[in-house]
Amino acid sequence: MNYAINEEGFYGEFGGAYIPEMLHSNIERLRLNYLDIINKPNFQKAFKSLLKDYVGRPTPLYLAKSLSEKYGCTIFLKREDLNHTGAHKINNTIGQILLAKELGKTRIIAETGAGQHGVATATACALMGLECIVYMGAIDIERQAPNVSRMKMLGAKVVPALSGSQTLKDATNEAIRDWINNPEDTFYIIGSVVGPHPYPDMVARFQAIISEEMLWQLEEATGQNYPDKIVACVGGGSNAAGAFYHYLNDERVELVAVEAAGHGIHSGESAATSVLGTKGIIHGSRTLLMQTKDGQIIEPYSISAGLDYPGIGPLHAHLIDTGRATAIAITDEEALDAAFMLAQIEGIIPALETAHAFAALDKMKIEKSDCIVVNLSGRGDKDLGTYIKRMK
Amino acid sequence: MKITESATENRLKTLFERKQENILNIYFTAGHPQLEDTAKIITALEKSGVDLVEVGMPYSDPLADGPTIQNSGAIALKNGMTLDILFQQLETVRQTSNIPMILMGYYNQVIQYGEITFFDRCQQIGIDGLILPDLPIEIYERDYKHLFEARNLRSTFLITPQTSVERIRRINALSSGFVYMVSSSSITGAKKGISEKQIAYFNKIKELNLDKPRLIGFGISDRETFSTACRFANGAIIGSAFIRLLENNLKDEVGEERQLKIEKIINDLVSNLKP
Repeated sequence: MNYAINEEGFYGEFGGAYIPEMLHSNIERLRLNYLDIINKPNFQKAFKSLLKDYVGRPTPLYLAKSLSEKYGCTIFLKREDLNHTGAHKINNTIGQILLAKELGKTRIIAETGAGQHGVATATACALMGLECIVYMGAIDIERQAPNVSRMKMLGAKVVPALSGSQTLKDATNEAIRDWINNPEDTFYIIGSVVGPHPYPDMVARFQAIISEEMLWQLEEATGQNYPDKIVACVGGGSNAAGAFYHYLNDERVELVAVEAAGHGIHSGESAATSVLGTKGIIHGSRTLLMQTKDGQIIEPYSISAGLDYPGIGPLHAHLIDTGRATAIAITDEEALDAAFMLAQIEGIIPALETAHAFAALDKMKIEKSDCIVVNLSGRGDKDLGTYIKRMK
Repeated sequence: MKITESATENRLKTLFERKQENILNIYFTAGHPQLEDTAKIITALEKSGVDLVEVGMPYSDPLADGPTIQNSGAIALKNGMTLDILFQQLETVRQTSNIPMILMGYYNQVIQYGEITFFDRCQQIGIDGLILPDLPIEIYERDYKHLFEARNLRSTFLITPQTSVERIRRINALSSGFVYMVSSSSITGAKKGISEKQIAYFNKIKELNLDKPRLIGFGISDRETFSTACRFANGAIIGSAFIRLLENNLKDEVGEERQLKIEKIINDLVSNLKP
């Protein structure tokens, strides 16, 4: 089976561009041009050079000895937490800002949940000298305060999203409305593999650098360029898309997508979209989402702002729907335990989002011979407040 | 008033045959401010001579709408509005009302209800047309056009200042109800007044001589904006401004008193629009 996107912008039955006419000209222009622009040698050169010298790539593939011992197998960590700004998000913002410049746009907008994408966008805008407006749910502004300050210090304007659940979904709505109001000079840098086509594919391509490096790093480390399993957390799913990308059609590799179960999958406070979601449309994309039988979108919940999203990228909906990827749901408690476990046995404090991926190791069937890559998508500085509360 | 029901009659079609100028279309969110206001508002709109009513199906995430409509939708949902309740309300009001009635909402609502079930219910009630702003015209043409036609449901699609002439012609061809001209690059309820840039765009569209009726919406709120819009199109749509009037003037009146208050709000609005 082929898991790549088709000509119409669909992964199987998921994807597409269900957008009001007000967005059509911008999305259509992007759709017609994104591949040509991205594939230009000059673009690739500029992109790769910034990833190397500014972001600090390649990120290490680290053999985590204690973790390997604990689970009786071989575990590598793909250290996206070591990127400039502390997460994988910057791979995408560097790519999209170069693209925005090619399109002649001067004003950048973005949505953010945990603030990592907002910081990465503000950083790219500072680097390129472009105006930056970041929409962030009012609740997230409170629970991710350090990232709000970082964005402001980088010169971005942070606008609170006050509608709905005041989290990532609503920040995305507000950013889309801004783009409707400012169609000419503005480019919308979406932070995950969500939204109307071509965004999910475009963001996946920029994040694909993660698995592109894994290919040669694994070869170097083990003599074999693929692992048995790749584990990544999924909110919208951009770090997972990047970690899976070059292995999508390599069925020797098991793909594990880890979702946030909040207080428990069926507690009524959860973001486990693959279990609770049904097929529908959110943010212009046909995918799996949490909704009522009337199609009203249900407010999700997770302790982690980056996973607190009622949908999932259409690529992941397709991977899960076809059985290509396995979804595992992790509660707040399990994620917190995993964050402390990793900190204490490997000396790495992960982001709360990433902690969900580590907690999934407890729920997977693991063979002694297994070689597993966990995508360590971000570092935990921004979550210290939550971790400190936990220690009391 | 007695309704003559015939399979071929479409009130929208009849309206545009009868009237080509100063058509007034009023949008409101069903179930707002109170759940049972839907029928009261429709009855009052018809009584005051409004030509066309656009009933908004409240949605949790209305991407094309501004804060006023989004907020009214959130209140309606909180009031307990569902599609089943809305259809019941409309079915009842249709017994005594003959005003052209279209439904506006988001594609996901139709998908979850079940497309065929949804369209059948519309036909059965006597809904004359649908506006689903996030339903792509390509998908409409491929999957739904024949279903609309079989049920005598008229389609309406949006054009904006960014829509190319080629695409405008295609949208015109696929709009069997009317073409919805979004007045500017904006969400609903956002802008004040009509600029020269907008006039130039209205003129450009007028000169295309499209064969479908055109109504201008977004930012139409008073006599001045309404009459300007009507100079360049067959009529105009008032939405957010009407919702604000309801919110500002309706309190917790009940029964007959509430009905009369709603009628007064609408009569004042309509008489204020007259030149």
